[in-house]
Amino acid sequence: MEVLFEALLDAFGLIIDLDPELRAIVGLTLRVTGIGLVLAMVLGIPIGVGLGLSKRIPAAGCVVPLIYTGMGLPPVVVGLFVYLFLSNQGPLGDFRWLFTPTAMIIAQTIIALPLVIGLTLTAIQSIDPMLPLQVRALGATRGQLAWTMLAEARLGLFAAIVAAFGSIISEVGAVMLVGGNIAGETRVLTTAIVLETRKGNISLALALGLILLGLAFLANLVMYRLQVQGASK
Amino acid sequence: MGQAIYALENVQQNYDGRCVLDIESLSVMQGEVLAIVGPSGAGKSTLLRLLNFLEAPFSGSLTFDGETASAEMDIEQRRRVTMVFQHPVMLKRSLDANLHFGFALRGEKLSEELRAEWLQRLGLMGLRTQAANKLSAGEMQRVALARALIVEPDVLLLDEPTANLDPANVALMEKIVREENEKNHTTIVLVTHNVFQARRLAQRTALLIDGKLIEITDTEQFFEQPETEQTAAFVRGEFIY
Repeated sequence: MEVLFEALLDAFGLIIDLDPELRAIVGLTLRVTGIGLVLAMVLGIPIGVGLGLSKRIPAAGCVVPLIYTGMGLPPVVVGLFVYLFLSNQGPLGDFRWLFTPTAMIIAQTIIALPLVIGLTLTAIQSIDPMLPLQVRALGATRGQLAWTMLAEARLGLFAAIVAAFGSIISEVGAVMLVGGNIAGETRVLTTAIVLETRKGNISLALALGLILLGLAFLANLVMYRLQVQGASK
Repeated sequence: MGQAIYALENVQQNYDGRCVLDIESLSVMQGEVLAIVGPSGAGKSTLLRLLNFLEAPFSGSLTFDGETASAEMDIEQRRRVTMVFQHPVMLKRSLDANLHFGFALRGEKLSEELRAEWLQRLGLMGLRTQAANKLSAGEMQRVALARALIVEPDVLLLDEPTANLDPANVALMEKIVREENEKNHTTIVLVTHNVFQARRLAQRTALLIDGKLIEITDTEQFFEQPETEQTAAFVRGEFIY
């Protein structure tokens, strides 16, 4: 109890002091998570809509279970593959992205992508199957049809974004592997928590954990507000 | 009645190798109300989907206002035709947004006067901001009809539009359909099980059985002096489904 109280005080202290190191860590956490999430949405939502609207998904028996499997991908395995691809001997080694935020963003995007595709696909499939025909019968182009379906599936889509955000902001294994937890370079909240715990700075680790939880709560609060607004339109 | 707006020649439609529609020749005239009656599975809804360009025929020729209908047909031509289905699906938005939808697709804005006029005609003035998917079946079907007509299509296709409605809703829907045909000369193709409705609304009536056009003639003659025994039996209600 005492440790928790101390952690709370530490957390407030760090926030009030606007500790530069903490600011850098929080900033990088938000940057890596934000860019990873946006990339996963940009790639995943069109794929999910396309799969959801196609009457015959090519090799549907394999593609959809593969996506669902991807939704439960162990992040550390993703990290390992990204590590191998980006390491000196790997096919993308020339880019020298390993142990940079770019590598972390790639890993986060790969982790979030199946979640976004899978939940978008489910949201699209939950729409009344007669609706696409009726929308087309009113004069929609293919693009307008896809957009309308997306709008109809907006609640499921918010769920996809929230789930993907939650999975990557709290992720530690992959970013540790490909980022390397380098102070001032690739250290994010989760990797900093691991480091401080190992160093025995339990109260600092807890304080960072509380900040992480607070950030996740704030982001979810904003998304929930948007969801409520979207539902009432 | 003017020229033919649709012309079908030897049109066949197949699903999984099964022929569900086989029409030698059919013309739909500009400004008419044509009723298509027939038992379930006769191919009536398939015919409407072809007329709405939602499907392309397996073989034969379908022309709309002189232009061959195809998947690559110009969107502006396609938008001259709208359809109301037996089971309308509302967008999960307000009644208002559903009314506006056709305009939004066309990049246009629904004027306040037109919106008010339609809400009045539908008897839904007080429900304007209500979530459309929470309306009653009759209200939804009225919105679906207005949603299809408010954009002033040249052709309105109706697929069993009043099959699940009470008499008051049926009367209102029929009144609106009749008014649109008379005032705007909207061509209407009505698919119905209800021969009485066909008789009330249509200038010509056609009988479709097993995908084939058995008879098409003036409604009065269709019911009073049908040419074929199948039509006579169907009109008498003796047709075995």
